Amino acid sequence: MRASIATLALAMSLTVAVARAAEPRAPAAGYVIELAQFAFTPTALTVPAGTTVRWKNLDGEPHTIVSIDGLFRSGALDQGDAFEYAFSKPGSYRYVCSIHPQMTGTIIVTAPR
Amino acid sequence: MGDSGALITRRDALHCMALGGAGTLFTLAGGILTPVDLADAAAAERAAAQDVPLCVQLSDTHIGFSKPANPDVAATLRLAIDRINGLPRQPAFVLHTGDITHLSKPAEFDAAAQLLGNLKVTELHTVPGEHDVADATVSEYFARFGKASASRGYYSFDHAGVHLIGLVNVLDFRAGGLGTLGAAQLAWLAADLKGRSASTPVVVFAHMPLWSIYEPWGWGTADAEEALTMLRRFGSVTILNGHIHQIVQKVEGHVTFHTARSTAFPQPAAGVGAGPGPLALPAAELAGALGLSTVTVKRHPLALSLTDATLA
Repeated sequence: MRASIATLALAMSLTVAVARAAEPRAPAAGYVIELAQFAFTPTALTVPAGTTVRWKNLDGEPHTIVSIDGLFRSGALDQGDAFEYAFSKPGSYRYVCSIHPQMTGTIIVTAPR
Repeated sequence: MGDSGALITRRDALHCMALGGAGTLFTLAGGILTPVDLADAAAAERAAAQDVPLCVQLSDTHIGFSKPANPDVAATLRLAIDRINGLPRQPAFVLHTGDITHLSKPAEFDAAAQLLGNLKVTELHTVPGEHDVADATVSEYFARFGKASASRGYYSFDHAGVHLIGLVNVLDFRAGGLGTLGAAQLAWLAADLKGRSASTPVVVFAHMPLWSIYEPWGWGTADAEEALTMLRRFGSVTILNGHIHQIVQKVEGHVTFHTARSTAFPQPAAGVGAGPGPLALPAAELAGALGLSTVTVKRHPLALSLTDATLA
């Protein structure tokens, strides 16, 4: 019974994803932005409201995630460290690494369905 | 100043830079920089005999860093401290131009304080680097070093007729670009300089270079020009920075710009590689890429000189 509900839910979410092709599907591991080679990848990410975004530092050099609007600020992330933030409201959120301000990124949060 | 000795050519400047590894002595007399070749032992000796050490600049100690470029940054800082303690005449104070720690962790600040406590010189002046204000609350640095500046980070003081100004350019960023001093700090600087005699030698120290060395890597300060406009009327201005872990210098009128070596690890030259990360050298070459700088005061006439030394 449980399995069939899960299957149904999966089928519904796939239908939604196909119907709304402009909105990226959540990857299996969630929304992750990698910090590598002094860049955020992807640089711009679109997520539905309510999504928790995770940043993971792969560089040997530490980085930070600092919202331009002061909404969120990680501590220094050493190699392998991660930071998460849940975006509840639609909008465009720019952020920067305060150690290397040449590194910038944007999270675009779309309205919940 | 019509005589030819006052002219600094690009060739002279490059000559000075080439000498950087061995130790370069710059004499700033009435704001005019004269390079002294250290190979000329007699000249160096004469210069040394008149020198009164004002301060030694330490920079980018990065306590907490442990990657292959230098697995033991505490040991290389100890070596730098031993060099300072071994100077025949002790400087009046030590300047630390930031990145005291690597990750702004309390334990890193504590370890740095313990190491710096081994300096014979008890007066230490600091400005933060971006690695010192990378904690989520931006509070660890100010809890320890904020007293001198009412927790603003920037402040000034005087010693032996020299006016010293510590500035902060690691807190306020233009996204995608450079750090800034910001309007409040610039207003404070204008007030600090107001009424001071143009013959007062001025030393400005800040973490990031106060001139654009390489903007794609953030090696500059977006609004530095506004500060320099206020400083240009002074006959002798020495600007000491860190951040880029290597010596780069230039002279512009009466203003000498100089970045110091790190005591932790070198970084690549501007634009070489993906970004300004640690540069791993063969172990035998590391000490030669680390170092400290010394500012000395000459009297009659009052002048400052700047010397670099490696830890090799």
